[in-house]
Amino acid sequence: MEYVIEMLNIRKEFGTFVANDNITLQLKKGEIHALLGENGAGKSTLMNILFGLYQPEGGEIRVRGKKVDISNPNIANDLGIGMVHQHFMLVENFSVTENIILGTEPTKYGVTNKKDAAKKVQALSEQYGLNVDPNAIIQDISVGMQQRVEILKTLYRGAEILIFDEPTASLTPQEIVELIQIMKRLIAEGKSIILITHKLKEIMDVSDRVTVIRKGQGIGTVITAETNPNDLASLMVGRQVEFTTVKGESFPGEETLDIKDLVVLDYRGIEKVKHLNLNVRKGEIVGIAGIDGNGQSELIEAITGLRKVKSGTISINGKNVTNMKPRKVTESGVGHIPQDRHKHGLVLDFPIGHNISLQTYYTKPISKSGIIDYNKINEKALQIIKDFDVRTQGPSELARSLSGGNQQKAIIGREVDRDPDLLIAALPTRGLDVGAIEFIHSRLIEQRDKGKAVLLISFELDEVMNVSDRIAVIHDGEIVDIVTPETTSEQELGLLMAGHTNQKKAQDLTQKGEDQHVE
Amino acid sequence: MSNRATNLLVPIISVILGLLVGAVIMLVSGYDPLKGYAALWNGIFGDLYTIGETIRQITPYLLAGLAVAFAFRSGLFNIGVEGQLIVGWFAAAYVGVAVELPKIIHLPLAILAAAVAGAIWGFVPGLLKAKFRVHEVIVTIMMNYIALHVTNALIRTVSDGGDRTGNIYASASLRSEFLQNLTEFSRLHFGIIIALVMVGVMWLILEKTTLGFELKAVGFNQNASQYAGMNVNKNIILAMVISGAFAGLGGAMEALGTFEYVSSKGGFTGIGFDGIAVALLGMNTPLGVVFGATLFGSLKYGALNMPNAAGIPIEIVEIVIAVIIFFVASGYIIRLLLLRASAKKKEAK
Repeated sequence: MEYVIEMLNIRKEFGTFVANDNITLQLKKGEIHALLGENGAGKSTLMNILFGLYQPEGGEIRVRGKKVDISNPNIANDLGIGMVHQHFMLVENFSVTENIILGTEPTKYGVTNKKDAAKKVQALSEQYGLNVDPNAIIQDISVGMQQRVEILKTLYRGAEILIFDEPTASLTPQEIVELIQIMKRLIAEGKSIILITHKLKEIMDVSDRVTVIRKGQGIGTVITAETNPNDLASLMVGRQVEFTTVKGESFPGEETLDIKDLVVLDYRGIEKVKHLNLNVRKGEIVGIAGIDGNGQSELIEAITGLRKVKSGTISINGKNVTNMKPRKVTESGVGHIPQDRHKHGLVLDFPIGHNISLQTYYTKPISKSGIIDYNKINEKALQIIKDFDVRTQGPSELARSLSGGNQQKAIIGREVDRDPDLLIAALPTRGLDVGAIEFIHSRLIEQRDKGKAVLLISFELDEVMNVSDRIAVIHDGEIVDIVTPETTSEQELGLLMAGHTNQKKAQDLTQKGEDQHVE
Repeated sequence: MSNRATNLLVPIISVILGLLVGAVIMLVSGYDPLKGYAALWNGIFGDLYTIGETIRQITPYLLAGLAVAFAFRSGLFNIGVEGQLIVGWFAAAYVGVAVELPKIIHLPLAILAAAVAGAIWGFVPGLLKAKFRVHEVIVTIMMNYIALHVTNALIRTVSDGGDRTGNIYASASLRSEFLQNLTEFSRLHFGIIIALVMVGVMWLILEKTTLGFELKAVGFNQNASQYAGMNVNKNIILAMVISGAFAGLGGAMEALGTFEYVSSKGGFTGIGFDGIAVALLGMNTPLGVVFGATLFGSLKYGALNMPNAAGIPIEIVEIVIAVIIFFVASGYIIRLLLLRASAKKKEAK
C-alpha cells in the first residue's frame, strides 16, 4: 500500500521541553487516519511540523515517497497539504468566495475576478456535497457551514491531504453527523485525511487507523476495526479510564438555589428565559439539558449577576440576590465555571497566578488596605496548580500559553477552592480529553458529596446522564421537565430537548418533578 | 544569540541606523553631518547649562508619557493628554498669580490645582466612555480644542485683555537657586523630582495595589473583569482621571518651573502628542517612559543648537530627529532581522 505522507521518527524540542519524541505517522492514500492524544500530548506540534510552521529537530518527512523539507506553509500548500483549523481563520464580514480566494485572488485586467472564483467554489461545493452558498457572508452562516468554507478553502487550493484539527469541538450533534458524511465523501473522491481528535466515539465512527501519542511519545498505530474505545482510552492516558462516572447516592438537603418565575431578556430585548422555575439543593447535582440557545446562557448570566433580570426572583441560601452585582453574588457563595473560558474565565494576557486570584485579589490575606502581596498570589497559585494538576511552567506563565485543558483545570481549581455553596459549571468539559473530563466530573461529584449544590449546564447528553442527580430539560426558555437519569433515556431527553412532549408522560414527569420540589 | 544580548543590541543598532540615515539626509541636502551631530551633541551635553536645560525639557515629557502609558495599560487611548496638560498649566499659573501664600502651602496648592484640572479634563471622556460607550479618542480630541480655546479666553479675562498672565509669586515657583547655580543659570527646576516621583507612583499603582490589578485586568479583558466582580465602568473613569492628573502635572511643570506664567496659545504645545510616542517607545512601562522621555527631550532640546552651530535649517533638523526616533520605535523590525540572521547562522552550522 502506498503512503502519501510519512512522518518518521519526528523529534521536536522547545528549549529543554521535548514536545515530540520519536513519533511516526504514516498516512495511506484514501484513508481517514486519526491522531489521538490528550490535550498537550503533542498532536498540534506534530501537525504544525507537517504544515511547515515548525521545523523538527530530528526525523524525516516523506510525501508520496519523496523526502521533503517543509520549511513554511506555502511549501505544504504546494505539496497538496491543507489544514482545517479548530479556530476558523475567516474574515467575518467577507463573503464565502472572498474568504476562499483571500491571499490568492485571481485577477482579470488587474481587478479581482470574483465571478469566476465564485463559479469554481460552487462547482467544488457541488462535487463534494458541501452545499455552501459562495455569496453568503460568513457572519450570517452557522458554525458548521463556516467549517465547510474552511474545507472548501483547502480544496480550492488543490489539497489532496486534509488535516482536520478537532473539527467537532464546536459543532452540534447534527452538524457532526453531516461532517462525518462530508469526510467520507472526500475519501470517496480520492483525498486522504488526518483527523486530530480526542473524542473516541468519532474515531470509532470514521477512522480506518489510529496513531496514539502520549506526552510527546509515539505509542503506536492500531487498526480501528481491531480495537475498542476502552483500549484506545488506556493507550492514550496510560492507565484504565472509567467511562461512567462512579458516584454514590445523593442525599439532598435544603434548597441552596431557588429560582421563581424568572424572565430574562437577551441583548436584543427578546425574552430568552420565560417564567422559569428551578431549585438546586445541598448535596445534589442538577443538570440542565438542552440544545444551545434555549436560554441557558441567559439563565446563568442572570444567576451570576452578569445580566439584569426582567422579573422573578433568584435566592441563594434563602437570601434574595436578584439583580445583585457579580461581586455580591460571588460573595454570597457562588462559584461559576463560565461557558467561554477565553471570554469570561480568564484574562489571557495575565499570568496564570493572577488569574487564580481573579476574584480574591482584594481580600485578606492576599491584600491589605489596597496593597497586594504578590507572594501570596503565587503561593495560592502553586497550591491550585498542585492540587488540580495544572500543567504549567509556573504561576508567572501567561494564561494564554496554557493548553485548553489546563486553562480549564485552573479555572475549576479557582472556583472550587473558594468552597462555594453553589457551583455553576457551564460546559465544563468542552474541548477536553477523556482524562481531563474524568477528573472534572469527579471534582463536581466531590463538591456534591461535601454537601454543596452543583448546577451543571451541558450540551452533551452523556455528561448530563452521567453526572447529574436530577436533569432539568430546558426548551425555549422554560424547564419543560425534570427527570432522573435512572428513569430516563437519551432518546427521551432528545425528544424533550427538541420540544416534543408526550402529553401523558409529560404530566407524569412534571408530577414527579413537583414531588421532588416538595421533599 | 541570547535574549539579553538581543535586548541590548536592538536599541544600540536602532540608534546607529537612525543616525546613519539622518546623516544621509544631511549629506543629500548639502550639509555636513559630522558638524550637525557635533552640534546636536553639544546641544545636549555641551556644558552644564545645556545639560540643565535638557533635563528641564525632559520633565514635561516624562509626565505626558506617564499619562498616555497609564491609560494604555488600562486599555484606553488618551489622545487628550495635550488638553489636560494645557488646563493643568493654566490652573497652576492661575493659583500662582491669584494669591500669595507661604511657600509650603502655595506650591503644593498650585501643583494640586494642575493635577485636579487635568483629572477633570480626563474625567469627562472617562464618564462618557463608561456610561454611553462613546469612544475616548473622539472625546479627548475634542476636549483638546476646548482646553486650548477656553484657557485662551480665561487668560484674556484674567489679564484684562492681555495675552499672558503676570509672573507667578515666588512662593509658587519650582525654580531653585541651587539648581540654577549648579547648571550655569539654566531654567532647571525641582519639577524633575516630582516627575520621577510620579514614575514611582505609577509603578506602585500598577504593580502593588488592587486598583492596579483591576485596571490592568479591565485593560486586557473587560468581560472577564466583569465576571470576576470588578466594576468595569468605575475603573475606566478612574484610569482616565489618574491619566489626566499626570498630564495636568506636566502642565504645572511649565507653569511653575519653565515659564512661571501662562500665555495664550495659537496652537497646541505638542508635548501631549509627543507623550504618545514617549509612552509607546517605553512600551507603556514606567521605566520605559523614563527612557522614552529622555530620548525625546534630549533630541528636541539638543536639536535647537543645530541651526546655530552647524547652519542646518530647522526643517532638516526636524527630519533628522524624526528619523532617529523612527528607527528607535521600529526596534521590532531590527529584532526580527537579528533573529533571522542568527537562525541562518545556526542552519549554516
